[in-house]
Amino acid sequence: MSAEAVTADLGHAADEHGHDEHATTTGLSHTKLAMWVFLGSECLLFGGLISTYLLYKSRGNGRTLPTDVFDIPFTSVSSFVLLMSSLTMVLALSAVSRGEDEAGRTWLLATALLGGVFIGGQVYEFTSFVREGVAFTTNPASSAFFTLTGFHGVHVSLGIVMLMSLFVASVKGKLTQRNAETVEIVGLYWHFVDIVWIFIFTVIYLIPAD
Amino acid sequence: MAITEKTPLELGPGDSVRYAERPLGVFTRPQGGRGWRDWLSTVDHKRIGILYGVSAMFFFLVGGVEALLIRLQLAAPEGSVLSADVYNQVYTMHGVTMVFLFIMPLAAAFSNYFIPLQIGARDVAFPRLNALSFWIWLSGAIFLNTSWMVGGGGADCGWFCYSTNSGVAFSPSHGVDFYAIGLQILGIASLVSSVNLIVTCLNMRAPGMTLMRMPVLTWMLLITQFLLLFALPVITVALFLLMFDRLFDAQFFNPDAGADPLLWQHLFWIFGHPEVYIIILPAFGVVSEVIPTFSRKPLFGYEFMVFSGIAIGFMGWGVWAHHMFVSGIGPISVAAFSLSTMFIAVPTGVKVLNWLATMWGGKLRFTVAMKFAVATVAMFTIGGLSGVTHSVAPADTQQTDTYYIVAHFHYVIFGGGVLGLFAGIYFWWPKIWGHFLNERLGNWSFWIMLVGFNLTFGPMHILGLQGMSRRIDTYARGYGFEFWNMAATVGSLLIAVSVVLFIWNVVKSKRDAPHLPPPGPDPWDGRTLEWSIPSPVPVHNFDTVPQVHGRDEWWHTKYAENDEGKVVRVATVEEVAQTGEATGVHLPSPSFWPLAVAVGLPLIGYGLIFNLWLALIGALLTIASLYSWALEPVDDPDAAHDHHEEDHEDDENEDDQTGGHDS
Ligand code: HEM
Ligand SMILES: [Cu+2]
Repeated sequence: MSAEAVTADLGHAADEHGHDEHATTTGLSHTKLAMWVFLGSECLLFGGLISTYLLYKSRGNGRTLPTDVFDIPFTSVSSFVLLMSSLTMVLALSAVSRGEDEAGRTWLLATALLGGVFIGGQVYEFTSFVREGVAFTTNPASSAFFTLTGFHGVHVSLGIVMLMSLFVASVKGKLTQRNAETVEIVGLYWHFVDIVWIFIFTVIYLIPAD
Repeated sequence: MAITEKTPLELGPGDSVRYAERPLGVFTRPQGGRGWRDWLSTVDHKRIGILYGVSAMFFFLVGGVEALLIRLQLAAPEGSVLSADVYNQVYTMHGVTMVFLFIMPLAAAFSNYFIPLQIGARDVAFPRLNALSFWIWLSGAIFLNTSWMVGGGGADCGWFCYSTNSGVAFSPSHGVDFYAIGLQILGIASLVSSVNLIVTCLNMRAPGMTLMRMPVLTWMLLITQFLLLFALPVITVALFLLMFDRLFDAQFFNPDAGADPLLWQHLFWIFGHPEVYIIILPAFGVVSEVIPTFSRKPLFGYEFMVFSGIAIGFMGWGVWAHHMFVSGIGPISVAAFSLSTMFIAVPTGVKVLNWLATMWGGKLRFTVAMKFAVATVAMFTIGGLSGVTHSVAPADTQQTDTYYIVAHFHYVIFGGGVLGLFAGIYFWWPKIWGHFLNERLGNWSFWIMLVGFNLTFGPMHILGLQGMSRRIDTYARGYGFEFWNMAATVGSLLIAVSVVLFIWNVVKSKRDAPHLPPPGPDPWDGRTLEWSIPSPVPVHNFDTVPQVHGRDEWWHTKYAENDEGKVVRVATVEEVAQTGEATGVHLPSPSFWPLAVAVGLPLIGYGLIFNLWLALIGALLTIASLYSWALEPVDDPDAAHDHHEEDHEDDENEDDQTGGHDS
């Protein structure tokens, strides 16, 4: 039983599957699998918040409901912006995995910018709602609305932080074709946050309160 | 990002496990020696397991003292040990402590220590995240308990903290704030560790270790991690809303503004019922290892065991409203949840029958571990049966909020969960520490615990049916409650004696160890891979990664069928066990950053309650630490050779280094 021999073997097996990864049982890298598992958990988190909103959406306590002040055209535009950021995310990944660092950086930055525009839109939306009399503490419906969308906004912001970190890493030459998978994993997160928004937008904005 | 690291756990060409010291940021890169500082920076799954275990035992004592206070108060009518207010805090913190600070981390200790060993891995998938889970858990635990000192008392809303009792109006001290924020911190810890352990189980199995060859303990722990993964976010939402209500005037639980108090109950129990399986499944796993070993038979119906575990994991999501039969959820819901609750008893019954069938006709050896395991099965069955009586909604209307419920959940949680984990403690002690626990003392401790347990919680069935409600701080004379309450208090003192004996056993067996023969790798004639390596386990676990050919791999290396079909020994332990002498195993480097990240979180918690500036400081500390962590290579750079540039085929370290440069 030579320890060295056995692991040397393992090492080579791993190398055949791509240089960055050690052989894993499922073939997925640990990090990617972890991201998938984590996103599974996130589904329940948003699920809980969305259910809360649905339960409370018409409970205005005699005051203005969020549904009364929604500006659907405005939110549609900012939703579209967020959706586009998924496209640029895909382009960023494909650029980095082809080794085109320059293009990769551009698309990463574009994605972050689009996300930033969405967040800007949300801030504007929140402030105008408050002006129209729907604040966080107005009624159960407003508390639920701000918590859900604010929570989503925090997720987008964290995504922007990750994108910018990738961008900086790329500038420093630390993000290359070899670790394109990191971009893929951040991308998974980013797409997830987008998809959740599609849900929120349909369920929250498009279904009227009774 | 290097937070998400790749694990460099194969044998490298180097010949040293230690790394050169090198200043990195504010900290000196820790080296992985044996001093106390090395425990703060360790990323070794075994040490993290031990840290979890030791801290859990500490909180067992805390929760135990709280339990004794409850029992002293209730020993006789019109007790005056605690005021009504303090009584509320004590039973709430007792429940919270026992569930979140004792039994869950004790199960986490087993998960951390044994999942990698049982699947033939050198560590978990993300060693530093593993350390992070522990430190976050500990910081949350300490945070929660500081509410006694700085929060004006503990939470006083019961461990399930129903609205509207949890509102500022009825609970004006900061106790509930500490509860809401503390449990969120603990939740982050469990979430991180569940992701980590799921990936470990799915991705790091030794060659040949298919899912259906995994030991049952690992299976049950894996299912537990999935339950944690999906249940925690639900309570996190509930706690989040509660926190906003109390600290920032949100309207989630304010009925005056039209809020629905049942929202909390639903969210809590959607988490809460899976939670009871989170508590019990690890114990089931332990029992499923101990009973076959001491019956010298393979586990009866392995597939049934695994699938009934999975079935419990699924069905556990469809029964939560049985906690709400009297909350006015409507006859249809009551009927539906009543039925689903009766059905969930089926897979549980399958397990009990399989354990009995495993023992049937086996060569039984009643070590202390085995006694605890058998007691687990017996006591859990009693608790399961009273559970079935609750599933009958009309009967439950009578039982709910009485001591009958308290009896039920202690039979399952204490009788099932705690006794089961104690079986594990006695069973794996020699593997972890390299010496046995004293069997004679263990025997005393076991019997006193068993008698004390039944004397404490058995009579509570009667008290409950007589109508004594739970969570009352005292009771009047003349209802016929006196005798059994006194009996329960005597029982709880017996449990305390047994715990003291256990602690004495820990001390004494360590002291006696040098004069006794060492247990060797395989003291119980075990069946799974952890018994194929030395006790205590060397840092790198396995000299060579084992090749797995079937279930109970280690047993089949020792035994085989001869020509007549009889099982005979084919190899001695000395011949086939690993020696633990491999050198040059490439281990992940220790790190202080997980600890630093964890320190920030309670600061955020205090800040939210007392002063938002403090929250800002905490947040900055956490973020700065996360970044430093991400920039810290997984391995010490000094252990590296040049990288990035050319061909890496011949350089094992090369791959590992890139992991560190991901971000
Ligand atoms: C020394 C042994 C123990 C004693 C004497 C004891 C005693 C009690 C008593 C009398 C209550 C009811 C308080 C009331 O409703 O007025 C209680 C509640 C509870 N106990 Fe224990 N207990 C012990 C160990 C444990 C353990 C090991 C666990 C869990 C692992 C546990 C979990 C709970 C929970 C969850 C509650 C419910 C708390 C609540 O209603 O909020 N107990 N215990
Ligand atoms: Cu339940």
